[in-house]
Order: sequence, then C-alpha cells, then structure tokens
Amino acid sequence: MTPLDYDYLRRLLKERSGLVLSADKQYLVESRLLPVARKAGLGGLSELVAKIKGNDARLTVEVVEAMTTNESFFFRDKVPFEHFTGTMLPALLASRANQRRIRIWCAAASTGQEPYSLGICLKEMKDKLAGWRIELTGTDLSGEVLEKAKAGIYSQFEVQRGLPIQLLVKYFVQNGDMWQISPEVRAMVQYRPLNLLADFSHLGTFDVVFCRNVLIYFDQDTKIDVLNRIARQLEPDGFLVLGAAETVVGLTDAFKPMADKRGLYVRNGPAAKAPALRPAVAAVR
Amino acid sequence: MKTCLVVDDSSVIRKVARRILEALEFKIVEAEDGQQALDACREELPDAVLLDWNMPVMDGYDFLKALRRLPGGDQPKVVFCTTENDVAHIARALSAGANEYIMKPFDKEIVEAKFQEVGLL
Repeated sequence: MTPLDYDYLRRLLKERSGLVLSADKQYLVESRLLPVARKAGLGGLSELVAKIKGNDARLTVEVVEAMTTNESFFFRDKVPFEHFTGTMLPALLASRANQRRIRIWCAAASTGQEPYSLGICLKEMKDKLAGWRIELTGTDLSGEVLEKAKAGIYSQFEVQRGLPIQLLVKYFVQNGDMWQISPEVRAMVQYRPLNLLADFSHLGTFDVVFCRNVLIYFDQDTKIDVLNRIARQLEPDGFLVLGAAETVVGLTDAFKPMADKRGLYVRNGPAAKAPALRPAVAAVR
Repeated sequence: MKTCLVVDDSSVIRKVARRILEALEFKIVEAEDGQQALDACREELPDAVLLDWNMPVMDGYDFLKALRRLPGGDQPKVVFCTTENDVAHIARALSAGANEYIMKPFDKEIVEAKFQEVGLL
C-alpha cells in the first residue's frame, strides 16, 4: 500500500465512521483490509483503493465495517453491569414508578454481547420488574455485525469469556459447538443500523445509554459532538456509561462523573445547556 | 501465593495449564487422576482445582463429590476443564459443587476470565 493509498483510506474512514487512524496504524489497515481485498478477488490494497475511488459503494461499506468492527464479549469489564443492577436500575425503579417504563440504548452494540448482557441482568431482576415495560435498543454502524447480533449465535470461545457458567446454562441454547441466546432474551433487544456521526434524535430519549469503547476511535471534536448529542437524548436523571479508557472530562460540561462509580456519568444540568451542535460533522447514513 | 491443583491425565494439558497459571502467579501441584488429586487434597487443600472430567482410576466428577465431603479447611474453588461440552455434563458438574466450567479447547484468556469469575484473581 502506498502512502497515498493509506492517506486516502484514513480520510475515508474518518469521514464515514469518525474513526481516526494515526500515521503509524498502516499495519492495522493492512491486516483488516487484505481479507476484504481477497474476498473481492482483488490483488491487493492498491486495487482495493482504486475500486473505492471508482465509487464501488458496496466495497466501501465493507471496508468501513472491517475497520470498525471490534471484539466484544459478554459482561465486558464487569463493573458497568454491577453499576447497572446496583445503581442505575434501583434509581430508575424509584423515579419511574409511575410510568413503569425504562428505555436503554447500547450505542455500539457490535455483535450483541453488551445488549444481551443487559437483557440477562434484567431477566435476573424480573421479580422487581414485573409489570414494567423495558425497551432495549442496540445500534451499530455495521450491518454485518448487527446481523450476527440479531441471530444471537456465538461460538464456544465467545461464550466462555465473561459469561458465568450458570448464566450460560440458564440463558443459552446449545446447538453443536454453538450457543444461541434464548428467545426470551433475544426478543428484548431491538437492533437498528446507526452511524453515531449522523443524527440520532429520532431514537427518542433514554434513561440509560451505554456508549463504550467507541469514542476512543474519534478525534476530539467528534467526541465532543457525539457526547453533546447523547446528552440531548438522555433524560435529565438518566445515566451514561462509557468505556474504561473513555471520559467526558475536558470534553463537555453536559455530563459529570458519578463519585466512586468508574465509567458512570449523569447529566450536568438541563440538556438545553449542552454546547451547540457542531455543524461540520458529516452525516453518512 | 495461591495454590492450584491441576488434575488431568494428559501431561501436555498439565504443562499448558501450568504455564498459564504460573503466569497468573499460582503455585502448581499436579495430579494425573482423581485418586491422586484426592490424596493431594487430604494432605493439604489447595485454593483452586483445575479439573478434567475423563481420567483413569477416578474421574473428575467422582473426585469432586469426594472432595466436597472432605472435612475441615476452606474448600477450594473447582473449575472443570473438559471436552464434555454439553449442558447435561455442565449441569451435573454444577450440582456436584463445581464453581466454573471451561470447555476445551481453552486459552489463557478463558482461564483468566473463569478464575476471575470465582474470585481467584
């Protein structure tokens, strides 16, 4: 791959997905995109770039998806799920006692492990949630990973990382070497394709937003923009969960960290006070 | 330093498990079957047991039942590590007192995740 090809791909990925690649990440691009080139019957990355420049829309989507698909596993990092059952849900059960409705958004649902982990948490608390309407929405840029999420079928390797064996037996159905999330948990999650760079106000407002391990790939301005728009979609007493390597500090005043709750944020005053939306970010989908 | 008893009739598996668990700072004791493992536990209870199912002399399931009947001391956390990958075996293991269950093949990430799950790390 020539330096010009790499620059072209960097610009394309930034524009389409917000993914920011530094100059030293050429190896990552090569390792992820060579299989895409081979699958398309192309000789290498230069040919791949030429095809994309020739407006091959399908190949462009495949390139963006290959670069933005990230590893996920059940109950990743554990602590956010403890916050979910120990802090967020008790607070919402008290504050939403009249409406008896909770809306949850997994903004980078990937292959479904995070929304299904939340679904399992909710099932484990079903006695307290009897009569409640819980909406669990999972969105992701990649249509391919969302198809996998919808199917809810995972390899033996995937279900062994993070998922306690008791929960595997309780909430999955075994089919040979594969394990499928049970129909009742699968039915709890609605999946939709969504690019976080694009407008997402049509999703409505949420009580809980999980947006983990996606902001790290964005540049500063894009992080600020996405966080401020999430603030508008979050109820004033709602919760935002970020990844272990992410923070709002130094980016926006729309949120503040919860004391002693790593990765958990609450709204900082009314949404109207959130800084104005940056106009320049491209809406792709 | 915590002790882990690795019980498997395959010397290759014991070697792989030893390498993974020593990197996680466990002291390793090895046994080739359930009877050897039970004898070791009668001497001194380890903190953890990584346990195969199918072994000569005494299998992992019978060892676990015998282990849970041993008097005195803090019972170890038992993590099965076996090719018996079906729900029926998993359910039997849990009802006999297993704390976690690894389906072979395994790697360092899986062992680490399961040991974390039961509070060994």
